Amino acid sequence: MVQSVNSALSNMLEKDEDVILFGEDIGYFGGVFRTSDGLQSKFGKHRVFDSPLSEGGIAATAFGMGINGLRPVVEIQFADYIFPAYDQIVNEIAKVRHRSGGEFWCPVTFRTPAGGGIRGGHHHSQSPESQFTHTPGLKVVYCSTPYNSKGLLISAIESNDPVIFFEPKRCYRGPFYGDPHNVPTWKGHSEAEVPDSHYNIPLGQARIAKEGTDCTVIAWGTMVHVAEKAIKDSGINCELIDLQTLIPWDKETIVNSVKKTGRCVIVHEAPKTSGFGSELSASIQERCFYNLESPIERVAGWDTPFPHTTEWDYMPSPARIIDAIKKTQEE
Amino acid sequence: MSSEEEGNITIHVPDAPFRPGDNPVFDKWKWSPDDLKKPPIDCESEETSAHSRGLVRVIDDEGMAYGDWDPNLEYKEILQGLKHMVRLRIFDDRMMKMQRTGKLSFYMQSLGEECIAIAQTMALEEQDWIFPTYRQPGAQFVRGRSMVSMICHCIGNVEDNVKGRQMPVHYTYKKGRFISISSPVGTQFSQAVGVALASKYKQLNEVTITWIGDGASAEGDYHYGLNFASVYKAPVILNVVNNHWAISTHYNMASGSTNFASRGLAYEIPCFRVDGNDFLALYSVTKWARERAKIGLGATHIEILTYRTGAHSSSDDPSRYRPSNEHEFWPGGDPIERLKIHLIKNYDWTDEKHLQLENEIDAEVILAYKEAVKHGDLANGPYPSSDTIFTEVYENVPWHLQEQWDEMNKWKVD
Ligand SMILES: Cc1ncc(C[n+]2csc(CCOP(=O)(O)OP(=O)(O)O)c2C)c(N)n1
Ligand SMILES: [Mg+2]
Repeated sequence: MVQSVNSALSNMLEKDEDVILFGEDIGYFGGVFRTSDGLQSKFGKHRVFDSPLSEGGIAATAFGMGINGLRPVVEIQFADYIFPAYDQIVNEIAKVRHRSGGEFWCPVTFRTPAGGGIRGGHHHSQSPESQFTHTPGLKVVYCSTPYNSKGLLISAIESNDPVIFFEPKRCYRGPFYGDPHNVPTWKGHSEAEVPDSHYNIPLGQARIAKEGTDCTVIAWGTMVHVAEKAIKDSGINCELIDLQTLIPWDKETIVNSVKKTGRCVIVHEAPKTSGFGSELSASIQERCFYNLESPIERVAGWDTPFPHTTEWDYMPSPARIIDAIKKTQEE
Repeated sequence: MSSEEEGNITIHVPDAPFRPGDNPVFDKWKWSPDDLKKPPIDCESEETSAHSRGLVRVIDDEGMAYGDWDPNLEYKEILQGLKHMVRLRIFDDRMMKMQRTGKLSFYMQSLGEECIAIAQTMALEEQDWIFPTYRQPGAQFVRGRSMVSMICHCIGNVEDNVKGRQMPVHYTYKKGRFISISSPVGTQFSQAVGVALASKYKQLNEVTITWIGDGASAEGDYHYGLNFASVYKAPVILNVVNNHWAISTHYNMASGSTNFASRGLAYEIPCFRVDGNDFLALYSVTKWARERAKIGLGATHIEILTYRTGAHSSSDDPSRYRPSNEHEFWPGGDPIERLKIHLIKNYDWTDEKHLQLENEIDAEVILAYKEAVKHGDLANGPYPSSDTIFTEVYENVPWHLQEQWDEMNKWKVD
C-alpha cells in the first residue's frame, strides 16, 4: 500500500501542475512511512517539500493555497497529530465554500496514517474519523487495500471539496487478520495488483468485498481484513462491505445489502460512543426497520484511550466479531 | 538551476546544508568563555541581546573552565554530573539492545545530549517542576529514580508505574516532580507556564523548567508558552534544544532564522544561547534563570545548542537523510568526553578512573535490567492486566465503561 499511495501521488503530480505535496519529513526523506519516497527528486523541491513541524501551520497554509488555485495534498504524520490542525480544518477549510456564498473553496486533501496494531500507545494508534464525519463540509475516506488506496486517493485529490483521507498504517505492508503473530505481505492478495496508470474509485462508493446472504458486515480500514477473517471462521454466509468513503457513505449498497440479509454488524476500531457506527446504525434502522430480523450489532474499540501493551484486548478481534455475527442470527 | 535562481521564480524551500554523500564542513566556533559577562539578575531583556546571539560557554576547546559564567562548583558535584551522564549513556545503550530483541517496542536515546537535563536539573531545587520532552529522561537520575523502575516502564511489564498504557520513554515520576511525557510534541512547553503560575499563586518557592525541540518550536505551543510567560511573568525556564535535527529536517526548516534564542527578546524575556555540551555553562545559566524567577522577575528563554548524535528513534535510519559522520565534524564535540577532559586536566580524574566508572555503571545497568525483566517484558509478558484499559479513564467508572469492561473480560487475549 505504501507503493500504491506513492503511485497515486505521482500520477496526480504528473497530471495536474496545481497539485503540490507538503508535510513533515515528506520531502527529501520521503515520509516516515516512505509514502512520498522519490517524489521530490522526480517533481522538484517546489512541488514536494518538507514543512515545519506545525500541523496548524500546515492546515492554514493549505487553506490559503487551496483558495488561491492550488490543489495541496498534505500529510499529517500520524492521525493523532491532526488535532493542532483541527481549528483550521473544522472552522476554516470545511466551511469556506458555504460561508463565502460559494465564492471560495478549498480542494485540499489531508492524508494521514491512522489506527492501531503497531504498539503505538495512546498517540500513534487513534482512529479519529468520527471527529471529521461530524463536520459538515468535509469528505472522509478510509482506504484498506493497495488497489482502493490508489483509486480513492486520486479521487480525493481531484475532488473540489476538502477530503480527510485515512490510511490504515497497520496495513501499509500487508493485510492484518487480527493475529499479531501472523504478518502477511500484500503478495497474492486479490487487491494487491495496482496499475501504474491513473484510475479512479469514486468517492461515495462502497466495495462489496465478499457477497453473502445471511448478515451484512460493514467495516473500513484495518477492520475490513479482521472482519474478513471473522466471517471465514464464523461459518455464516455474510456479505462484507468495505465502506471506503464515510462521508458521503454509500446508502444504496448498504441499504440493499441489509434489506437482503436482514441482519447487520458494524465494525470499527475507534471508540464505540459517537463512533461512525452509531450514525450507520441509526440510519440503517431508519431505512431498513421492517427488513431487520435482529438488532444491529456494533463491534468497536472501547471508550477508553488506546493502550500500549494491552492493545490486543482493545482492538476488535475476530472472536468478538464472530460473536456479534452469531448474535444477529439468534432472533 | 541553482537553488537561488529557483528561489526567485518559485517557492523557496530550504534544504539541509549536508545530505548523504556530502562532506560536512562546519566553521570552528568563534565563541570562547571570556566573551560574555553575566548580566545583573534584574537586567532588562535587551541587555541579553549579545548573549542570545553569541554562545555562553565555560569549558573551552581544551577543557579549561573560566570566565564570568564559571559556577565554581566543587569537584564532587561535577563528578556527580559526569556519573549521571555516563549512567544515561550506558542505560540508553542497553535499552537499544533490548529493543532490538523485542523486549520493548521502541526507544529514543539522548546520545550526545546527556548533559542538558542533568546539568540543568542539578542547578535547580528539589521542589522545582520538570516538564521534559522524551530527550530529557536524565533528569530522573538527578531526582533519584531507580533504573529498575525506569526499565519496567520501558518494557511495559507488571511493574510499569503507568500500567503499560504509554509507549516506552514516556516516563511519569511524580515523586521527582517530573510530569508524564506525552507524544504530541510541544504541549508541555505551554503547560509548564501554568504550573509555574500555580506555584506563584500559592506563593511557593518553586520554579518550573521545560524543554522543546528545535523542530517542535514551530508548533503553536512554543509561542503560547513564551507569550503567557511574558504577560504573567511566570517563574519558568523555557529551553529550546537545538540539536540540529527534527527527524529528517534540519533546523533551517523549523525557522527562517538560524537563531532561536533571540526570539525571547520580542517577548521581553531575557535570553541566552548556551553551549549544550558544556556542563558548567548549562548549570550556570540555569542557576541564573532560577534566581531571577525566584525574585519575581519571570521567565528566561534559553537556546541549548547541541547535536543529535543518534538516530531520532529506534525506528529511524538517519543515513537516509544526513551524512552518517556529520556529528564528528560538528564543533561542539561530545558532552561526556568534554567533561571528562576537564576533570582530568583540573582534578585527579584519570582515564583509568573513567574506565572503571564505566565498568561499574555497566554492571549496575545489567543488574537493574536483570531485576526488571523478572517482572516481565514486552516480548514475553506478563503485562499489566488489561483491566488497566478501563481504570483511571475517569475518577470513577461510569456505567457504559463498566459494561464494556465486563464485555472485554469475556474476550481477553493477554
Ligand atoms: C504534534 C506532533 N507532530 C508530529 C509528531 C511526530 N514527531 C515526533 S518527534 C518529531 C521531531 C521532533 O524534533 P525536535 O522537536 O527537534 O526534537 P528532537 O527529536 O530533535 O529532540 C516528530 C515530527 C509528534 N510526535 N507530535
Ligand atoms: Mg531537534
